[in-house]
Amino acid sequence: MAIRLIRRAALFVLTLLVASIVVFGLLAILPGDVARTMLGVDATPQAVAALRNEMGLDRPLVVRYLEWVGGMLHGDLGTSYVTHQPVAAAVSDHLQVSLILVISAMIIAICVALPVGVFAAYGQGRISGAVLSALSQLAVAVPGFLAGLLLVIVFAVTLHWLPASGWVAPIEGFGDFLRHLLLPALSLGLIQGAILSRYVRSAVLDIMREDFMRTARSKGLTPFRALIRHGLRNALIPVLTITGIELAALFVGAIVIESVFVVPGIGSLLVQSVQNRDLIQIQGIVMVIVAIVLVINLLVDLLYAVIDPRLRTSR
Amino acid sequence: MTAVSLLPDNQSGTDSGPVRRRANPTLVAGAVLVGLVVLACVVSFFWLPYDPTAVDVTIRLRGPSGLHWLGTDSFGHDIASVIIAGSRTTLLVGVVAVAVAAVIGVPIGIVAGSSGYRADTWLMRWNDIMQAFPALLLAITFGAIWGGSAVTAMFALGIGTAPAFARVTRSGTLQVMSREYILAARASGRGWWFTAVRHILPNVGGVLIVQASVNFAVAVLAEAALSYLGLGTPAPTPSWGRMLQESQTYVFSDPLLIVWPGCAIALTVLGFNLLGDGLRDVLDPRLEREG
Repeated sequence: MAIRLIRRAALFVLTLLVASIVVFGLLAILPGDVARTMLGVDATPQAVAALRNEMGLDRPLVVRYLEWVGGMLHGDLGTSYVTHQPVAAAVSDHLQVSLILVISAMIIAICVALPVGVFAAYGQGRISGAVLSALSQLAVAVPGFLAGLLLVIVFAVTLHWLPASGWVAPIEGFGDFLRHLLLPALSLGLIQGAILSRYVRSAVLDIMREDFMRTARSKGLTPFRALIRHGLRNALIPVLTITGIELAALFVGAIVIESVFVVPGIGSLLVQSVQNRDLIQIQGIVMVIVAIVLVINLLVDLLYAVIDPRLRTSR
Repeated sequence: MTAVSLLPDNQSGTDSGPVRRRANPTLVAGAVLVGLVVLACVVSFFWLPYDPTAVDVTIRLRGPSGLHWLGTDSFGHDIASVIIAGSRTTLLVGVVAVAVAAVIGVPIGIVAGSSGYRADTWLMRWNDIMQAFPALLLAITFGAIWGGSAVTAMFALGIGTAPAFARVTRSGTLQVMSREYILAARASGRGWWFTAVRHILPNVGGVLIVQASVNFAVAVLAEAALSYLGLGTPAPTPSWGRMLQESQTYVFSDPLLIVWPGCAIALTVLGFNLLGDGLRDVLDPRLEREG
């Protein structure tokens, strides 16, 4: 178990390192001369050289990479080319908002997926199961931002129950915070819930064929009680992997949803930085999102061992 | 995933590829939806109700009528024409993204699955790292570097979805490698290339077609999101995602403007998802028997 943990942690660090090289390579090498882009084509070579020197772009790539990575270890992602503010501060401010949004969406997704998936599995071969499966299939095809726009049409435009956009921090008023959170979280969560419910359904269907479920039934448990007592824990293993992947997908989906609802999260910051061609800030944000995805993968792997004791003894 | 039909029993006899015995309803529904999009695309090259790029502010924001079936948008574009013409962008981005993903992913998968433990471990580890770069994030990054356009979007989405191709190709290849005909090919002195092209590729073809269909749906969704963010297809080329972005300003006065392109995107994605599910149901039993 300890060896497994160390191996996994080492792999994580290695992966993170390679990912940082890819991000740096993409955004520091490919775009060409950032200084010239910023100053425009009319700039004198002296001005470009001066700016390159000021931004540190005239030093060797390896040095710049090591400085960037070294800075990251101290929580420093550089200074924005546009706002001249530290990137790390902007990222952490916006990341908090995104985290709230993504976690609320995940809770909604799980609350939708578990019952829908279980009932769709139980209703297999019946009308109820077919209807639930068809609805989830339809929901999977709807992009999150379209769901957001449709929710705005229903709850903000038609019913006037909830605001169509904007964000209020929890400390500024909890009721207002919830009212602003609900629509973006629902548009992310309902779609992910639909995707997740399909995996829950097939996992439950697989589990119902297992011998131990037949044993549980022959003990006199009702199908539902057998599922709760014995089935769900086993069905959760494949579902957990997907939940991890979904959590990562939620962060990416949030990029678009935040733009729909004008939520000041990391996605809005990314889109805004792209519009400003603020490459150092984009580099920081992309690295943070990729790191989050990798951390989620790591946690999912480690959680496996907790949920499934069989995996603890294996290598 | 078990088959789900959203359409009532379709008896129209639509020809939808290698249907065995009874037509698979999921496959038929998917093929019909995808067929409609392809038809719209083909028709758009010969005939459109109106010029989808013609701006006429005197007829802006009209509701549906006999003249303009789905009404007009804020520029006075005929919405039906923009939606029909928008299918070109959607299909082009999807086809190129899937092709790029296959060209990168399939060789990696075959090499990983057929070249022994060491190469397999390294390639799949690299694949895992690339999988940490979500396709949409990669497309936004590419948009930042080269400017947002349909071309950057389709290549970025192709590269971003290539790891999924590599993964399914590898597992298919691993299955095929244990077959006797590979041993026979090796024993008769056939080289690696010959084995890969003549024996492995045809036998993993089924899974690849399923994966292509799934990736197509992902690409359509991502293209819509990118265009919505202003990083995809630039004006005046018709694009469903950009239609949504332009409609959002009018969400309070003309919510229908969002519904039409929204339906187009959702039905296209649904079509490719159903097609993928249906193909899997039809192709899987055969694959299990043969490889």
